[in-house]
Amino acid sequence: MNQIIHKFTRNVPHWQPRVEPVKLDEATPEQLHALQVTPSNTKVSEYVLTLAHDVESLTVRTPLFNAIMYDPGGMSRPERELGALGASLVNRCIYCAAVHADRHAKLKKDTTITDRLFANGEKAELSPRDRAIFDFSRKSAEAPSTAGPEDMDALREAGLSDDEILDLILSSALFGWANRLMHVLGDPVRQKGTS
Amino acid sequence: MNLTETTIISKAGLPPGGNVAEAAKRRENIIQMSQDAEDAVLRPKDFGAFGHDLRAALAARVAQLAADDTLAAHYLSSAGDKSELADPNETGKAYQLESVVAFVDKVANRTREIEAGDVVHLQAAGVSDPDIVRLCELVAFIAYQVRVIAGLRLMQGSAG
Repeated sequence: MNQIIHKFTRNVPHWQPRVEPVKLDEATPEQLHALQVTPSNTKVSEYVLTLAHDVESLTVRTPLFNAIMYDPGGMSRPERELGALGASLVNRCIYCAAVHADRHAKLKKDTTITDRLFANGEKAELSPRDRAIFDFSRKSAEAPSTAGPEDMDALREAGLSDDEILDLILSSALFGWANRLMHVLGDPVRQKGTS
Repeated sequence: MNLTETTIISKAGLPPGGNVAEAAKRRENIIQMSQDAEDAVLRPKDFGAFGHDLRAALAARVAQLAADDTLAAHYLSSAGDKSELADPNETGKAYQLESVVAFVDKVANRTREIEAGDVVHLQAAGVSDPDIVRLCELVAFIAYQVRVIAGLRLMQGSAG
């Protein structure tokens, strides 16, 4: 019996779908193409197999996701992860929060910031720059968004350039999208026999 | 599509040549791919149980729930005879879409409260698993798009 995780953690859980994923041996050529299944690569996550039900969306979303999170220039990688994390905390996507807190900690080689965010949420002690980034991300993720001119002023006062602010808007908004897939379509679980 | 004609840039109302429009231009690939996503989610070839007009109506509804009248109007123009569903007060009963509409509203604005039972309820109402994924992608994409547009407007508002 898999145990559903309800608390935020950096220990990335397994994602268990609430709907039946596409079965690889029944996948259409279009789905196989989107899944990038080749004879040498037949390992596809259940999450991606679930999204393959809507293959047109999956096909365009994967490169868009990668561009927002990884393209060079603009905001640093750990700060984009902080943007992703802010949204994931608001939407209580335990799985997304774990993955992106873990990436943040690995990029920074330091768990302090994500430890504080998991322990104290929006009251966590952060540097002025991280504070401005995190506050914008979480307020933008509220539904409806509560981010306002004062949050934009705080980003500029913390020294963010236009390019960095745009990347923050994109990474937080992207997780408004990702959270509504992962948190809605599946459960974060600890599989029996694993830590 | 020209960058200024994309939904994100045109609905954000950025003056051409300004600092914010220039920053957006440096992420042109992302803005263009976001437009491709709009096409895939609103007007897919394989639309399952949700036709293009119904998708437009639900997209307008999610934009309304996010208090973006400009984006809602963009989608409402394609909603045809489903346009009543764009009104957040409309339950969907007249269209036998009450479960779908309730799910859309909860995924859009009470995301954190979604539970396994919400998906079970949709399945019990006869919505197939592929259609549940399609519905989530639709709501989730609009949640993304509306926040990018809102963020750009805020940036523009504070641009020196």
